[in-house]
Parts: sequence; structure tokens; C-alpha cells
Amino acid sequence: MNDSTATDTLTPVLTANWGDDRAWTLAAYEQQGGYRALTKALDMAPEDIVEEVKASGLRGRGGAGFPTGMKWGFLPPLEEGKPNKPRYLVVNADESEPGTCKDIPLMMASPHTLVEGVIISSYAIRANTAFIYIRGEVLHVVRRVQRAVQEAYLAGHLGADIHGSGYDLDIVVHAGAGAYICGEETALLDSLEGRRGQPRLRPPFPAVAGLYASPTVINNVESIASVPSIVGNGADWFSSMGTEKSKGFGIFSLSGHVARPGQYEAPLGITLRQLIDLAGGIREGRELKFWTPGGSSTPLLTADHLDVPLDFEAVGGAGSMLGTRALQIFDDTTCVVRAVLRWTEFYKHESCGKCTPCREGTWWLAQTLARLEQGNGTEADLDLLLDQCDNILGRAFCALGDGATSPITSSIEYFKDEYVAHFQQGGCPFDPMASTLFQTAGATA
Amino acid sequence: MTQAPEKSQAKTPQRTDLVTLTIDGIEVSVPKGTLVIRAAEQVGVMIPRFCDHPLLDPVGACRQCLVEIPDAGNGRPMPKPQASCTITVADGMVVNTQATSPVARKAQEGIMEFLLINHPLDCPVCDKGGECPLQNQSMSNGTGESRFVEQKRVYPKPINISAQVLLDRERCVLCARCTRFSEQIAGDPFIELIERGALQQVGIYERQPFESYWSGNTIQICPVGALTSSMYRFRSRPFDLVSTPSVAEIDACGATIRVDHRRGKVMRRLAGEDPLVNEEWISDKDRFAFQYARQDDRLTRPLVRDEETGELRVASWPEAFAVAARGLQKAGKVGVLPGGRLPAEDAYAYAKFARAVLGTNDIDFRARPHSEEEEQFLASVVALTAPEAGGVSYTDLETARAVLLVGLEPEDEAGTIFLRLRKAHRKNGTPIWAIAPYTSRGLHKMGARLLPTAPGAEPAAIRAVADDGDIALDGGGVILVGERMATVPGALSAVAALARTTGARLAWVPRRAGDRGAVEVGALPNLLPGGRPVADPAARVDLAAAWGVDTLPDRPGRDAAGIVEALRDGKLRGVVVGGVDPADMPRPKRFRKALKKAEFVVSLEVRESEVTRLADVVLPVAPAVEKAGMFVNWEGRVRPFPKVLDKPESLPDLRALAGIAEEMGRPLGFRTTEQARAEMMQLGPWDGARPEPPTVAAAAGSAGTDELVLASWKQMIDDGRMQDGDLYYRATARPPVVLVNAAHLARLGVEEGALVSLNGPKGSVQLPVGVADLADGVVWAPASAPGASVRHLVGPAGSRVTVTSENFGGIS
Repeated sequence: MNDSTATDTLTPVLTANWGDDRAWTLAAYEQQGGYRALTKALDMAPEDIVEEVKASGLRGRGGAGFPTGMKWGFLPPLEEGKPNKPRYLVVNADESEPGTCKDIPLMMASPHTLVEGVIISSYAIRANTAFIYIRGEVLHVVRRVQRAVQEAYLAGHLGADIHGSGYDLDIVVHAGAGAYICGEETALLDSLEGRRGQPRLRPPFPAVAGLYASPTVINNVESIASVPSIVGNGADWFSSMGTEKSKGFGIFSLSGHVARPGQYEAPLGITLRQLIDLAGGIREGRELKFWTPGGSSTPLLTADHLDVPLDFEAVGGAGSMLGTRALQIFDDTTCVVRAVLRWTEFYKHESCGKCTPCREGTWWLAQTLARLEQGNGTEADLDLLLDQCDNILGRAFCALGDGATSPITSSIEYFKDEYVAHFQQGGCPFDPMASTLFQTAGATA
Repeated sequence: MTQAPEKSQAKTPQRTDLVTLTIDGIEVSVPKGTLVIRAAEQVGVMIPRFCDHPLLDPVGACRQCLVEIPDAGNGRPMPKPQASCTITVADGMVVNTQATSPVARKAQEGIMEFLLINHPLDCPVCDKGGECPLQNQSMSNGTGESRFVEQKRVYPKPINISAQVLLDRERCVLCARCTRFSEQIAGDPFIELIERGALQQVGIYERQPFESYWSGNTIQICPVGALTSSMYRFRSRPFDLVSTPSVAEIDACGATIRVDHRRGKVMRRLAGEDPLVNEEWISDKDRFAFQYARQDDRLTRPLVRDEETGELRVASWPEAFAVAARGLQKAGKVGVLPGGRLPAEDAYAYAKFARAVLGTNDIDFRARPHSEEEEQFLASVVALTAPEAGGVSYTDLETARAVLLVGLEPEDEAGTIFLRLRKAHRKNGTPIWAIAPYTSRGLHKMGARLLPTAPGAEPAAIRAVADDGDIALDGGGVILVGERMATVPGALSAVAALARTTGARLAWVPRRAGDRGAVEVGALPNLLPGGRPVADPAARVDLAAAWGVDTLPDRPGRDAAGIVEALRDGKLRGVVVGGVDPADMPRPKRFRKALKKAEFVVSLEVRESEVTRLADVVLPVAPAVEKAGMFVNWEGRVRPFPKVLDKPESLPDLRALAGIAEEMGRPLGFRTTEQARAEMMQLGPWDGARPEPPTVAAAAGSAGTDELVLASWKQMIDDGRMQDGDLYYRATARPPVVLVNAAHLARLGVEEGALVSLNGPKGSVQLPVGVADLADGVVWAPASAPGASVRHLVGPAGSRVTVTSENFGGIS
């Protein structure tokens, strides 16, 4: 990151300390000002923190972009003089979307940013128990967060009477069992309760009857991790960044065919062109072919969209979704049919099975695509594929089914000729070795 | 005849909270909270569905019922098709179903196509073919041809969910009806969906078999042929079956059933629909226990004992009637034991036969432990109660402020009550209290709170309820007392008093289908038909006039135990026995001896039995499936049923009794069920004074503290003869155990599951030991269970017993 003009566009807040020595320790975190926002927050009235977060314009960083402060405001008001059900904060750290890699690096590099955010947010919504539900496969992250929570307890940031404020909070770090569906908030709650992770019927919404049928707020790691900086620096500071309706900064995760893949923290509204510059450009001698703005569930975009501002509105206007800002970059060596098949196999594997269109549809899509990828198909099969997608999109119980159709419909929209080329050649016209990023000698695709 | 003077308490709540919406252009008003899928039924549109079931919580899993909602009632359209089984109506809502909306139609066709891609095309051999919601709806709402040319998902098939229920995973559409039924209705969540995606499947926890008394319902509500029963699988096609609505003859609940037969043979039984009684559910006993009627030991011809050989030989009906009449006349003093399984008309025939033909009140339907206190209780508190006369009904169980169970284990002894109480607990949070020895699985599933009571201590526990502020029993409360309480002196008196003092409503719950009807028709030593007390001269005159006889016997008769004793000591010389299994009698050995001692025994039976082997005349009578009649269930609700199988040679008990009566020169006045029923209706209920409830004192407290007392009752699936013939069904019986409390287990020094010996007055049995929240000094074991009926092997409930473990520590 030595290009000074490009790096000026970065706004390292969450990532600011990632390069520090042993940044994940409490000492390092406090060294650079950590837990001061908590002290400030505990002097505020909880409802003032909610107002501050509302005023900041922070929108959910898990993909949907729902205003975080408004979500907190959906909790039913506490009734004076009556026994109220406990309220819970649940942090969704089940990051599993193909291409998405922001929460896991954040929890690895600076788990205390999340823990501090959890404490402030729990205080704001008057929860005395918070859960961090971490994807089960990333055991190293689970351990790191567990250690951070332990350190926070030992330092008096957690437990009873935090900082002498009279406020009590316990954090439970929970490891999932490895299911993409558990990133869906109600499936996550079922999983957290010890059941099979499958999405719940709504209403009731989690704000009314979530975890253990109690009022519950579920937020993404990055959303919660952003809260200390908002409390520390003020809502105006936060909303001075970003665009009109998409305020603040976010972590953009670039992966694939760029020179320097990684996490780039920048204001919302930055363009892919700027980000690719920051990442050192596309692979030597190659050109951008297609990319996902927010993971595989968001429709593909192409080189035509390099200057689309990466905020919720503009990406939506371009026919896709900002999602988790998981920018998967594919250059012109990549067979789009093959890439889409891989994603579709993922959705088939991860469909929870609850509803028919997603369960049966992804099973069928994967088989149809596999056949087409081998060149056994006609253009009529593309109509069939699109019709299958039409019968899944908006018919499934949750968004998993919708997401499964995104790469297919968008790839046919932009690269129909490439599908047809498979049929004409009776197979894939690309050399799969050419698109690999690892040593190709002796490797098989 | 249970229709007492009309005091209708029917209270249909007036629906004022109606919501008006438009479905396919038709305006309709439905109660608030109605689901769109059901509102559409009101305008005649059947939206296809699989996971939706009116008695299960909505789940929205199959997505077959998608509709378009151009206006959600707020002027805004819903952005995508909605599952009509999960959306409730709103004022001003506009719904377009497949009938008018291309979007909805395409959505439904798409879902149907998805459902079929992995569904095997084995309809021609599938049990469900012909009555299959998937088959039917793919015809009505699917596209003609599939575009799927790839590999279907295949599984080995079938796999056992239980001995009874088989699963074809390939056919399953994963609607979760079976798993939701098990969890929500039965409370036996032993089947669950496992795995994910297209490999999701119904599974069992391998260490806990799907042992549910309600498992058959999952087969019936399966919208495809995924769940089948071992006994019925591949036996017939639905379109070859003749269906008859009927009533289960297997317990006193009066569940409505559907009996399907083909070529004179019942092939299966299904739950019927009756919202007032069993809703849409029946127990496995109701469903599967019907093979008894066609076992090899079925009697087909009358038998008389040959004077020369002393053996039973086949006789004609006229000869059998004549021999029976002659023998009874010669015996002179004759008792009558009709048993508790008869339809009311047949029981009435016994009651009339005893009084008007034999001239005696020595009649008792109770082929089980009983007492004089119970007789008084039945005459004063139970007879003539009915829902339409203000008696406790199933609906009342749901709306009651509190329910108190006394000596009644509904899941074992009255399954339909169990389901209704569980529903009350689940939907309304109805507090349920139980005077019982421990929190059984059934009590646990209905959230019942235990009032721990040792056998024999019930009267004190009942009295204590009156002052219990937590239970706060009042006029909104309901007390259900089981027939077992007849064996505890003072218990029924205390229950009657509790109802009187608290204002709570009281109902008596017997076990057998004919018990309650037998009370109404006077098959008791102290009660004449229609609740007329024997002791009341006015009642006797009233009945004598109706029957056209000069007098009726005025002395209260002997009860069943008294009849047995009188036969043994010669005071009675003959006996007419209906469907009575000696094993059920209070003292089986004495009964067998009495039968041997009796000069003349007439047996009316369906199958060869211990009684028929000792009888002088055996008259083969029809099982319930081969005759019409009516049962009166525990509520007092009349449950008429038609004849399912028309077998001219198969006669009801009342026809056989009429034949004997005519030979004796005192005709009963009817020969058919219809005639008997007409006479009963004409007779009507007694409107005179009712006897006083019993006031029997409780027995003095037990002495020895070292002794254990046995708590026990019959399990639903046991060794009863009416459950013979379906081994798969019987294999789902709960394995017998001896239950002790944790401290007792520690004293025994064994682990749970170890074999212990339960020793009582009749002997010993070795059973695995389990732990329950029993009071100190109480152990529980099943009175009846396949192969381990503790009531015969050890002793009846209330016996003093010991539990020993010494000799069974090793391999046994």
C-alpha cells in the first residue's frame, strides 16, 4: 500500500491496529485506546447510545444493510414494575458466504474490537447476556475470541458491575457446527438453542421472540465492531464518511485474480476501480472479466461496472447487491460456467432442506449445470435453467434459495455466449490451469 | 336414554371479530387470525398443500400453497408469492390463487415439479396410490410432464421407524407433518428430520425407538406413501376398499374411526373426524387392534355340552336356545355377568334378561376389581350425565380453569383424553394436577403437576385438594376420576364430596367401551335401565309398566364378586357370561372355580375362551365390526355405529338372549338392535329422586413402614385379547419395568436397567429397574404388559411387595 493517492481513500478504523504487535491481546488493544469508548458509553444513558447509533446511519454489515439503530429500536419497551423477559444480543459470526472474509480476520486480528462493541451494544439494548456465534470450522478464531472474552472478564470489562457502573454482562462464545444456513439469523437462533439450524417462521420476529422466545437483537460482527468507534468519535464523525444513504466505512475483501488480495477498509461508495488499484491491479497481463460485489449470492457484475459506487443504492441500481463486500475478482482466464457450477454445488450442499424449491431446486440446478458445463446441452437448456431459477427465486423459505439463483441468472445475462460455446465445442473452451492461482505444475483442476 | 331433560349449556361463542378480504374476486368474511389457505376454502378454492394441517402449527415448508397478494390490506402488494398456510387474513387484503393468478399458478406448478423430481414413480405399487395428496394435486395443479432428465435421489427402502411404521425415504416430500405431529400432538419427539438439503430425511434416535401410542396417525397424515404400516403395507388398494364410519370399541373414549374392508375382511382402520371427540387422531390401539375378530379361535357355531361324552359339540341355534333355556330354568338361581365391552343395546338385553326373564338383580358388568361404594357412586353421580345435560365434555377439558386427575393415567387408560389434555396444556396453559404415585411420561407430556400419593392414600389426598390454594378448584374446574379408584375404599366418596364442596364438575372415566353404557342400561345390581334405582319402588313400578311385567325383583342384587362367591357356595347355581376374561376378574382363580362349580353356564363369546371351555352352552356372538349398536363414552355421549361386515350368521348378544328368553316363555320383546334401541329410547331416563352419593370412610393407615406398596395400572398396549393378531402393533408396547425412587435404587445397589425381582402375594417377576419420582415406600410396575402382567404374577395395585436385587447381579 505504498501508492499514496490510492491509500488516501482508505479509512482504517476497524483494521487500524491489525498490523500492531500481538494486536489481539488486551494490552495491545488498550495501548491504542481500546475500551475507552466503553467507559464513555457507561456514562451515557442506554437510550442515548441507541440514538447515537441511529444518528450515525450505521447499516447492517452482514449483507442486508438494515439500519442497526432501528433494529435495536424494535425491541418491545421494558415494562416498569413488571417482570420482563431477558433480552439478548446475538452476534452473527457465522461467516460462510463464498468470498466473504472480513469477520474472521477481524476476530483474529482484533477480537477486543468486537468484545468492546458487544459490551456497549448490550448495554444500549439492556441485555445482560450476549452470545457470539462463530462458524465452527474456524477453531483458531473461536479460541482467539474465547481468550479475548476471558481477558475482558479478568480486566473487569465483563461480568458483574462493569467498571463500577452497576451493569452486568456475560458473553457466551458459541461454536457452530458448520452450516451455511446458520448465518440466517433465525436458523442461527435455533442452532444456538441446540436444535437443527433451520430458519424459523416469522412472525414472531426475533426482536419480539428470538433466542429462548425472548427479545433478541442479532447483528453482524462488523456492525457491532463499528459501535465503539461511533460512541468514541460521535455519530457525525461516522456519517461524514460514505454516501448519502450508506454512511460510514466498511471492510472490502478482495480475493481472486488481483495482485494483492486482502481486506481494504474504505468509506462506502468507493469503486471497484479504486479498490483494484489499491490491490495492485488485476493479475499481470490479464483483464477483469466478472466479479461479485458481495459474495456468491449477489448477482455477478462485469468490467462495465468498475465505476459503480460500492454502496447499497448504487450496487442495487446496477442489478446486484452490496452484500458483504466480498469482492471476488475473476480475470479473462476464468470459465464463468465452471465458476457458477462450483457455487451451485455449494448451495446444493448447504441447502437446509426445509423448503421444496431450495432443497429440490439446488439439487436439480447442480445436475443441469454440470451437464451443460460438460457441453451436453442446447440453448433450450438455458431457458430451462432460467425457468428453474424463476421457480426458486422468491418462492423459497429464506434467502438461501434466492442466493443460489443469482450467479446463474446473472451469468446467463452477461455471458450467454460462453454457455453456448460449451455446447458448440462439446465441452469447456477454457484451460482450467490458466485460471488457477497456485502452482499449476502437477496440479489437476 | 342418556338424554336427560334439556338443559342445554351449549355455548357457541359469537364471532364478532370478523375480517373481510377478497379472494379471487370474491369477498369473504372470516374470523380474525384465520389463515389465507383456510379462508380460500370458504370461497370454494382448494389451494394445494402438503405441510399444512389444520391441527398442526403452520410451518410453511413445502411452499405448495403459494398465492399472489396484490394488496396486503395496507394498499401495498406483497413483493413475491406468499405461502397461504402461514399468512393470516387482514382487512381489505386481496388474494389471488391459482384460480385467477398466472403468477400463483406458475409458482405452484414449479413447486410441484420440484417435489416430483426426486419422487419415485412407484404409484402403481404404493399403498397411497389412489388416495394420495401428491398424486391428486399433481393431477390438479401440476404440469403434465417433467423436464427433469437427471439422476433421482435413491435410498434403500423401506427402513423401520418402529416395528409398526415403515419409511420409504424416496417417497417422502419432507413436509414434516409426521415429526410435527409427534412433537406437538403426541409429545413423543422420537422422530425428527435429520441431514440436510435433498438428503434431509425422517430419522429416529437410534438408542430410543419410536415408541409412541400415537404413531399410526403419522401414517394417516403423511401426504405421500412414505410412511406405511407393517400390517397393511401392500395388502390392498384404496379403491378396492369399502369404508364405513364407526366408533372404536377398544376404550371408553368413543373415538370415531373409519373401517375399511374388502371382500368381507377388515383391512385397516383410520381416524375419523369428530371435532367434539377425537378431532382427527386415534391411538394405535384404536387403529391396529382389530385382528382379534378373525383369529383362528373365532367361534362360528353354537356349542352344547353333550350329555353322554361331556364334550362340547356343535348344535343348531334352536337346539342351543332350547338347551340353554332348559338349563337356566333348571338351575333356578342364576347370575349374569355381561362384561364391559358391549354396545348399550346388548348390555340392555342382559339387564332386561336378568330382571324380566331370570327375575334377579344379580347382574354386574364390572369384570374387574370393584366395590359397593362404586355402585353407589355410579348410581348417584355418574348415571344420566351427558354433555347435553351439562356433563363434562372433551371441550370442557380444553376450557377448564384447572383439571384434577384422580387415579387416572390418561395416556394408558383413555388415550383421547390424554391428547385433549395435552392440547389444553399446550394451547391454553391449563393447569393439570394429578393424584398419582409418580410423574409418568403421560403426565409429564401434559405438564401435569403431581400430588404424590401412595396407593390407598388417595382419599386423604383428595380431601386435601379442597383446601389447596394453588389448585384453587372451583366451578371452573374439572375432576376426572378413573375406575381404579373403586379399589380404594373411600376414594370415590371423597371425590364426590370434593366436587360438591368446590363446585368442580366431575366425570368418571372407565376403561372399556361398554362400561358407561352398561351403567346407563342398568347392568348393575343396584341400578335398572335409565338410571332407575332398584331400591326405589316408584322406579320399579315405572319400569315394570314399561316392560309389561307384573313385578321386578326388589332386592338389590349381588355384584360380580358376590355372584362368584354365590356360585362357589351354591347360593347361585347358574350363570350367564358375556365377554368376560377370567384374567380380568378381581380373583381369577375363584372365578374359574365358580364356573366349574356352577351347575349351568351359558357363555356368549366371540372367540373360544376359558369361559367357553367350561360352559354348558356356548353361543357365538358378533364382534363390534359385525353388528350395529352404540357405545356411550365416558362423557355420556352416545356413539352409534353401523354394521361394517354383513355376516348373516353372526348374531349380536341381544339376539341370542332373545332366543333363550323366548324358549323360556318370557320373550324380551325385541330381536334386533333397532328394536332394542327403540325400546330403550321409549323408556327414557329416570326423572325421579336419585340415590345419595356414597360416604364410605377411608381405610385406616397402613402399619408396617418397611413394607413397600405396589402402584400399578394397565398399559395401553398389553396382553389383552382384543389386541391379539397384530404382532407389529404389540411390539410397540412399552417394555415393562419396575420403577423405584432414586434413594431406593441406591439402596438396591444396582444401576438403572438392571434386573430386579418384584415379589408380592401372588409370586415374583424379574424386570429391569427404572427410576421415577415415587414417594418413599412405593414402587410401580405395569398391571398388564405383554408377557409381564404384574397383576397376575405379583399382585394387584395396593399389594405389599418387596424388591430384591441380590440374585440378579450377574448375567441372567
